[in-house]
Formats: sequence, C-alpha cells, structure tokens
Amino acid sequence: MSKSTLTRRGVLKSGAVAGAGLALPTYLAAGSHAGYTNAPTGSTVTLGFNVPQTGPYADEGADELRAFQLAVEHLNGGGDGGMMNTFSSKTLDGTGILGKKVEFVTGDTQTKSDAARASARSMIEKDGAVMISGGSSSGVAVAVQALCQEAGVIFMAGLTHSNDTTGKDKKANGFRHFFNSYMSGAALAPILANNYGTDRKAYHLTADYNWGYTTEEAVRTSTEAMGWETVAAVKTPLTQTDFSSYIAPVLQSGADVLVLNHYGGNMVNSLTNAVQFGLRDKLVNNKNFEIVVPLYSRLMAKGAGANVKGIYGSTNWHWSLQDEGSKAFVRSFGEKYGFPPSQAAHTCYVQTLLYADACNRAGTFNPCGVAEALEGFEFDGMGNGKTLYRAEDHQCFKDVLVVRGKENPTSEFDLLEIVEVTPVDQVTYDASIFGGELGSCNPGA
Amino acid sequence: MEAIILQILNGLDKGSAYALIALGLTLIFGTLGVVNFAHGALFMIGAFCAVTLSRILTLSHTIVDETRTDFLGNPLKVEVPYVHDIFGVSTGDVIIDWAVPLSILFAIPVMIAIGIIMERGLIKHFYKRPHADQILVTFGLAIVLQEIIKYYFGANPIPTPAPDAFKGSFDFGQALGFDPNLIIYPYWRIVYFAFAMIIIGAVFAFLQFTTFGMVVRAGMADRETVQLLGINIDRRFTLMFGMAAAVAGLAGVMYTPINSPNYHMGMDFLVLSFVVVVVGGMGSLPGAVLAGFLLGVLESFASMREVLAVLPGLNQIIIYLVAIVILLTRPRGLMGRKGVMEE
Repeated sequence: MSKSTLTRRGVLKSGAVAGAGLALPTYLAAGSHAGYTNAPTGSTVTLGFNVPQTGPYADEGADELRAFQLAVEHLNGGGDGGMMNTFSSKTLDGTGILGKKVEFVTGDTQTKSDAARASARSMIEKDGAVMISGGSSSGVAVAVQALCQEAGVIFMAGLTHSNDTTGKDKKANGFRHFFNSYMSGAALAPILANNYGTDRKAYHLTADYNWGYTTEEAVRTSTEAMGWETVAAVKTPLTQTDFSSYIAPVLQSGADVLVLNHYGGNMVNSLTNAVQFGLRDKLVNNKNFEIVVPLYSRLMAKGAGANVKGIYGSTNWHWSLQDEGSKAFVRSFGEKYGFPPSQAAHTCYVQTLLYADACNRAGTFNPCGVAEALEGFEFDGMGNGKTLYRAEDHQCFKDVLVVRGKENPTSEFDLLEIVEVTPVDQVTYDASIFGGELGSCNPGA
Repeated sequence: MEAIILQILNGLDKGSAYALIALGLTLIFGTLGVVNFAHGALFMIGAFCAVTLSRILTLSHTIVDETRTDFLGNPLKVEVPYVHDIFGVSTGDVIIDWAVPLSILFAIPVMIAIGIIMERGLIKHFYKRPHADQILVTFGLAIVLQEIIKYYFGANPIPTPAPDAFKGSFDFGQALGFDPNLIIYPYWRIVYFAFAMIIIGAVFAFLQFTTFGMVVRAGMADRETVQLLGINIDRRFTLMFGMAAAVAGLAGVMYTPINSPNYHMGMDFLVLSFVVVVVGGMGSLPGAVLAGFLLGVLESFASMREVLAVLPGLNQIIIYLVAIVILLTRPRGLMGRKGVMEE
C-alpha cells in the first residue's frame, strides 16, 4: 500500500488555484483581439439572436426571429429594404455593416433566465457574436443584459417591458427600444379617466414577478393620481392557468374596474375567466364594470379572441399605423411571411437596424464606440415617430399607443384599434427615478 | 359566508377535471398496473379535438371583396365557411357556435383509438418492466405528443368559446337570498360540473352493471383466475385503456371554454392528478373522485385573499401539504385497498 502524500493544506491550495481558474470568465477566452470581444476579422460579422423558440412564448419568439431574418436580409441588400428606406439615418446601403456581410446565429431562451444566459454565452464564446438581441421576458432580458455587460458585447433588448431593464438593472452595454411599464401607466391613465371617470375603485391582479410589480406600481400611481382608489392588489403565480378563484372575489370587494397586470398566457386565461364570470355585464357602484390590460400584444389578443372587445391597453407599435416606416415594414414582412408583424417583431427589426447604423456611424464594432453612437441618438422613420435613445439610461423615448380591442374585426389580424397616440412628452420621466447605475461601457478585452 | 360558498363552487369545476383525469389514471393502473404519465397529454389531446373540430367546421373558401382591402392594400379576401354554403348562414353559425359540445361526438372515437394504439403499440411492452421504466416511457410519450401538438397548433393558447347560450354567469347569491353579484358562477362551469358527474356516473355504472364491467372488475381483483376461466382479459383491459383515454379526452374537450387550450395544459394537470390518485388511494375509483373534488375545493380556499394574506403562496402547495398529511396518517390514501402498490 502506498502512502498518500496529500496534505490538507495542499488540497486547499490546489482547490483555491483550480477554483480561481474556473471562476475566470470563459468569455475572456473568446476572440478578444483588436481591443474588444469578438472583433470581426474576415468579411463577415456575426449577430446573435436569442429568442424563446420553445416554451409558452414560442410563437412570440418565432415572430421575433422572422423579423431578425428580415433585418439581416435587408442589411445584406436583399428584399425591398424595408425601413432602411424610411430611416432618417442614411448609412445603411445594403452592403452589410461596415462592408461586412451580416451572418447570424440563434439561441433558445426557453423564457428561462439560466437557459437564456447559457445560449447567449454559447453564441458569444463559440460563434463569435458581437451583438446579442432578443427577448419576450423582462427576467430574461435583465439576465442576458448583465451577461453581455460582463462579456463586453452590446445587448439590444427585444420585447421587455419592465421598468427595471433600463431602471435599476440598466447596464452601459444594454439598450432598449421597447417602451416600459411607467410609459404604459402614463399613457393609459388619462384615457381611462376620460372614458371611465375619475371616481373608480380598481382591483389589480398582478403576475408575481419583476414585470408584474413594476406594471402594477405604474398603473396604480397613474390612476390614483387621477382620483381612482385601489381597493386590492393580489399577486398571482406565473404558472397559474385557472384564475377563477382570483376573479370570483373581485365583485365582493366593491371594485368596479379590474386591472390585469398579466402578459402572454396569463393574460389570455385571466381575461377569459373574467369574461366568463360575466364581470363586464355587471353594474357596480352604478357604473359598468370595466377591465383594463396595461400591456397588449396582437398575439395575446388573438389568444383571448372575442374577450378583448372594448378593453383598453397600451402597445409599443401596431401594424395598422400609417406612417411611411410602418407601411414599409408591414409590406416587407407581410409579403415575405403572409401576415402582419407583431410589436415584438417590430422592436427586434428596429433594434437590428439601429445597431447596424450605430456601427456604421461609429466606424467600428467596438461596443464602446457603438454605445457612444447610440447614446443621445435621435431618429425617425422607424414606425414610432421621432425617437430619442436617451444617454442616461439607454431607453428609447417615443410616442406610446393606447389601443382598444376592436368590436368588429375584419380579419384575424384586425383585433386592436388605436384610440390615442400619446405624445412622448407625456410619458417621459427623470432617468434617476428608478435607481440603478449605468456603469461604464465594457469592450471586453 | 358568501366567500365560502363562492370558493366551494370554484373548487368544483377544477375538482371535476382532477376527478376525471384521476379516474382514468386509476382505471389504467387498476387494470394494467401501469403508471401512465401520458395521461395529462390525453387530456390535452381531448382539448385539441375541440380545436380541430372547430377548425373543420370553419373550413372556408375564399371570395374576393373588391370594396375592401387587406393589411397590404390588396383587395380583401373574405373567408366563407362551407357550413354556410351547406346549411345556410344562420344554421351554419349555430353549428359553429356549438363546436365544443359537438366535439364530444368527435372526441370519443378519436380518443378510444388513440388509447388503444398507445396501449398496443407501446405500453404493452412495458407491463413486466419496473414502474420506473413505465414512468419514463409514458413521460417521454407525453413530451412527444405535446411537441406534435405544438408543431401543428403553435404555442399560444387558442380561444375555443362555449356556445352563446352558456355565456355569462348565474347569480347564486341572489337565489340564496344574498345581495346581487356576491356569488356569481359562470353557466359553463355549471355545465362542466354536471358533465363530469354524468361521466363519472356512467363509468361506475358501466363497471358495476354490465357483464363487461364485471369481468374487468374480476380481472382487476384476480387477473390469473379470470384468464384460467378462458376469458381474454388482456383485450378487455386494452379497451379499458381506450375508455380511460376517452374519459380524459372528454374532460379536455369540455374544459376548453374555461381555459383556452395550449400544448402544455396536460402537464399542468398531470402532477396534481397523480397527487389526487395517491390521496384517494392507489387503485380506488371512488377514492380518485372523492380526492379530486376535495383537493379542488381546498385549492380554491387556499387562493382566497384573506388566506394568502396570512400564508402567502399556500395555494401553490396546499395539495402537496394535504398529500403529506394523508400519507402520514393513512398511508394507503383515503380509500386505498390493502395490497395495492405494496410489497
């Protein structure tokens, strides 16, 4: 039998060295020449599109992916050019980005933060992606944004609506074109006051996670400022599918408005349940009972069917807008895929073009150069009117749409009608109110 | 008081779904000795039978309306359902409106066929394998089935409304002498509860009063003796698998107006239904039904705002807490029999 030479101190030392080695971020080993992570050296540049391809938001993710593919096609000179023709900045000419042909890789977030981080990490380390985009969940967006900050690549957020993404969790390498909960509340409140009056009692059902909290807070603050009273706010588990036990006590509370701070399948089910219970047919406090859905999407409206009729909410963009940018995008997307794009598709398409344009204007793919080009950038022709990428928090500021479920839809896509385009000034806020620190840009090398 | 009545009512429809799924699970376990983790997927496929029939009934041909335009500015293509051509617009609309109840007729043969194919094609090869193998293969099958549904129907929920005649809710409060609007309950959920009771009653009557049912019960009690009498019990058990699939499928069909069907709805019910079976007692059909309703109502109570204010998240764990207590105090479940799932 041989005598072991292992000592406790030796094991501890070896463990410490091995641990330090493992803890060293592996993306430092990713291509870090030319002073930043994954600097493109050949004739191509790779972008990473990280969307939910499986799980409950897979349809939304599929629409985002279609938009990314269309954007890449346009950037490389294919198709009719879409919004590149209406974009106020004219650096995009169909020759890729900085003369390099655009290629892309895709990842599946599964709408789970850990899976999303793993796929983003893989795209950065293995595929050499110089920018990551995508979304459909604020939890995922915040997690991937933090990863991109550490890795030294740009994160162009897709659909994420929580205040936190560009609030307390904002990062210097992250940028969001989509609007947020605060803006939804600020845009909706006056419309609700005009239509339902200022003497209302609201009952909130709120998805029990980050986005739900910020949306409830935003809508409560805005509506209470108009005179509404919040009689109750109940958290509902994200996994809930039958909301009847949450809906049933609503009338007992004396409330005459139900606010559903739900998204995706949660919203489809809670709204369906509320309509089944006949809430909208009731007269409470001598007023018609009303339901409000702060964040609408066409895909959600499709899921809820006729239940959305007459219900108010807000949205980032809608295919029925008649500005030149929206019309160009709807034409390109509609002719390629046979149906109009969703708001998720729109924001992903716009983000890709904005990134490409920022690289061209900066003359580099270096994330710090790109970030500088995006900060304070004002543009138009992308479907939302004049827009500002605010330097302080990397949040886009633009008009917000208030929409209502259409009473008499003419097609399966014609589910929402725009009732108000809320001007940007009404939804603008001080960058410091949500806390957080942008920090400094990380080029990764 | 009204809050308590309301939550009892709320628990009944969910309890109905639990009871129907657990009944099918118990039938399969009692006859074939298989722990079928694909049973939730059968519930989901039943729901998609309703979606499929709705789509068949709304199959359309296209006419071009030159007076209107689509989202690209081209002349609008209007879809005209074939049932309008065949039965006229008003009768056609009624048929489309009643798609969910009509789906019962569509789902019964489809679900029995799926059940028999599942049993003959895959599950029979696992009868003599350990329960762990059966769970793995049926769970894998559930994932395959839900991915097939997702491929064809997408990941988003698909609205499948109840007939207009059942829209709205009944004011139990007013009927019981309380103020209006305090205890309301949707008409369709009343229909769902009544439907569940009829199905449960039919299954028990079938097993109790028919020769086929008697043979099956005898086979459940002593399979070898029944076989020695020259009865092909395997064939009857295969049909029972088909029947259990049909029960789960019908539960899914009628559930579609309550929650819009999506491809993973089966998984949402599966684990809870297994807990229901365990609480009711493995192999006990009355136990499965009793536990289904009991746990549905308890879950509903645990979702009350007043309860959640004291014990946040209780509604998420109540069923498992009850299962722990029952298994500690009555290890065979509420109505479990000696010798079932025991060494």
